Amino acid sequence: MRWRRAAPIRALRPFAALAFALSLAFFPGGPARAGDLTIGMTQFPSTLHPLIDSMLAKTYVNSMVRRPFTAYDQEWKLICMLCTELPSLENGLAVLETTADGKNGIAVTYKIQPKATWGDGTPVTSADVMFAWEVGRHPLSGVSNLELYKRIIAIDVLDDKTVTLHTDKVTFEYAAINDFLLLPAHIERPIFEADPASYRSRTAFDSDPTNPGLAFGPYRVSEVESGARIVLVRNETWWGQKPAFDKITVRVIENTAALEANLLSGALDMITGELGLTLDQALAFEKRNGARFDVMYKPGLTYEHLDLNLDNPILADKRVRKALVHALDRDSISERLFEGRQPVAHGSVSALDWVHDPEIPKYPYDPARAKALLDEAGWSDLKDGVRHNAAGERLMIELMTTAGNRSRELVEQVLQSQWKQVGIDVRIRNEPARVFFGETVSKRKFTGAAMFAWLSAPENVPRTTLHSESIPSEDNAWGGQNYTGYNNAEMDALLEIIETELDRPKRKALWSRLQRIYVEDLPAIPLYWRAAAFILPKWLSGVRPTGHQDPTTLWVEEWTDSR
Amino acid sequence: MLRYIAQRLSESALVLLIMSFVIYGLIGLMPGDPIDLMINADPKLTAADAARLRALHGLDRPIWERYLTWLGGAMQGDFGFSRLHSRPVLEILWPRLGTTVILMGLSFALALLLAVPAGLLAALKPRSWRDAAVNVIAFAGISVPPFWLAILLIIVFAVLLGWLPAGGMAPRGAGLGAQIAHLALPVATLTLATLGGILRFVRAAAMEALRQDYVRTARAKGLGERQVVLGHVLRNAMIPVVTILALNFGALFSGALITETMFGTLGMGKTIYDSILGNDFNLALVGLLLATLTTLLANLLADICYAWLDPRISYD
Repeated sequence: MRWRRAAPIRALRPFAALAFALSLAFFPGGPARAGDLTIGMTQFPSTLHPLIDSMLAKTYVNSMVRRPFTAYDQEWKLICMLCTELPSLENGLAVLETTADGKNGIAVTYKIQPKATWGDGTPVTSADVMFAWEVGRHPLSGVSNLELYKRIIAIDVLDDKTVTLHTDKVTFEYAAINDFLLLPAHIERPIFEADPASYRSRTAFDSDPTNPGLAFGPYRVSEVESGARIVLVRNETWWGQKPAFDKITVRVIENTAALEANLLSGALDMITGELGLTLDQALAFEKRNGARFDVMYKPGLTYEHLDLNLDNPILADKRVRKALVHALDRDSISERLFEGRQPVAHGSVSALDWVHDPEIPKYPYDPARAKALLDEAGWSDLKDGVRHNAAGERLMIELMTTAGNRSRELVEQVLQSQWKQVGIDVRIRNEPARVFFGETVSKRKFTGAAMFAWLSAPENVPRTTLHSESIPSEDNAWGGQNYTGYNNAEMDALLEIIETELDRPKRKALWSRLQRIYVEDLPAIPLYWRAAAFILPKWLSGVRPTGHQDPTTLWVEEWTDSR
Repeated sequence: MLRYIAQRLSESALVLLIMSFVIYGLIGLMPGDPIDLMINADPKLTAADAARLRALHGLDRPIWERYLTWLGGAMQGDFGFSRLHSRPVLEILWPRLGTTVILMGLSFALALLLAVPAGLLAALKPRSWRDAAVNVIAFAGISVPPFWLAILLIIVFAVLLGWLPAGGMAPRGAGLGAQIAHLALPVATLTLATLGGILRFVRAAAMEALRQDYVRTARAKGLGERQVVLGHVLRNAMIPVVTILALNFGALFSGALITETMFGTLGMGKTIYDSILGNDFNLALVGLLLATLTTLLANLLADICYAWLDPRISYD
């Protein structure tokens, strides 16, 4: 048998011709149609019901089809979205009062945008506010967080578009009802009243999600393919600025490599920063494709840190905790691994937040100081590069995070190496996110340090993560997120006082004290503020990341298309 | 034969019942519950909220009690509600099962169509260039990880050439062409991943059959090579291959998981995986039971094939 070099190529010709013909037939190519926008993200919402389940993917989509009463804008200032004027004590829309049982309360009045109308033409009215409150506080409705709805003890309907909410606690956030989300009473009330216990499985948001009467934002849902895509079209009853796009398709591709490939192939126009590529992936993407796309980075309120289990006798010693921070070169981690895009965290309050105190003590990289602190704590006997105490115990700390998270695993290796240099033996034991969050962290089963992040809101009082009442235990059915087991009476008192202090300068001083206690006690080791990477086509502008929990889509009508 | 099939089907029903209990128990043993995941996603959730939600979802009841409730509902056709999709589980699973069956069926058929003749050709002339080429393809198919192959195909055919979509499902109402185009890369990936193993089995079984006395006798009787190969070698070689194929059918669910993840195809593998990670008890349970049922039916089909391939086998 003689080899014929040209034969394989000739044999492939019919296949190549067929593939080419198919490609012309099905995919004519060229740019995406002007007026349409396809957004890629990595998570599909489990439900579109605004009150059931807290999920970023749902908030991202729902922000295009509805609006909250109030929200934080890109400058982290509280603004009205569905209301016409932000209530305050100064403008008289908020009035201090005493409740029937003698508590200090407040009455806050909101006026709904006069032209606000559900997509089926039914006006958005006070009846929708009353119905949302009823569902929100019903114990069987399946609403995950009842706190806000229960805090409201009564609602007065002044007219079709005006309501006064009465709460039995005066907090500085009295005007912020960002999580009070309206439900269309004309559609949902009969379903709810038929059986509140099964409401969550029969709501029109899941059984009839394309019903235009569920939306009152710039867009409404026109198609839902569970797990794959949600298609939105313009809502003709929207009262605000006309959005630029006729149709927005949100496509879900969980694998980020496939997400990137879809963007490059033109199947997607953009990848959202809220639920898209990780920072390291985005940095690599920008190097390869920076000429074709705009890559925008926005550091925000996602606080990446190490929770320390303070029940561990080694970590219960504050000197050891301080030594751990001094031994870390966090500036270098931020610079080398994230090209400086993720600023170092020196405490639990972001430098972008108005209550941040820039004067709080910082822990610079100082291995000598770390070694001295460890010596002082009794870990002075160095054997085989690892410190031991007088009882011969090794200075060993277990470090855990979510397995498969590349960024965290990289950081973990740096931490291990830097701590080793001061004589601390670090054992890495990672677990899948499901086990790590579902059991290890939530039931405080980690013995040393657990690396993860908290996403919070501007001026968010960290009650659930720092108050001693929030330490998860069997007694409270593992509720609360104070996973470190941190217990400080002054911190508990501050958390209570801050919430109720209305005077801004006084509150700022209290916040300052809170931050000082935090960095002095170090229940957790601050690492960095995570940045979101938005990958946008050159023709799209107006996307303004907030850096907090409110997504860019709350301002989707400001996005412009220059094609 | 019909009596045999009926007996096997009733045995399958019993296996499914036992499996439902085992799977439910195993899922219950997994760490955490859906409310733990909710707490982690929402720092504002209080301990009281967690306790209320656990009671509401029945998670405060013993596992056996929850299983019996589920079984009672299942007997009446109610297989429960998916927590992750907020819809009845069958509404979620049927279309996805359809997608996976199409994906698996096409890739399986293609792999067979390619592997059987190629394996036979290689076996007929061992150590020839043809055999070497078949072996290279087979080992490449076995060695190349499906996720890498998927990315490679996406880069070449979607990103560089732009001929095919990089993934996802064809939009609702799209024509047959778009459906085929969306299936092309996932099917190609699964086919190449399955092909190698089948090729090796066909080649080995055919070589074994070629050494048998009945092949020599057939040739001695003066039968043509075509009749010998198709009527005697292939038929006998297929018996062990069918066994392997039946067992592989269930394993394709896990192969489909990688392919479905890479291409964003909504199929069973990814749905089961997500439901386990998301603590969606009902969806995971019914999904795994459907996977079990598929494997049982594939094995039943294999047993029927034995009788067709080898007349000596009888089930009467």
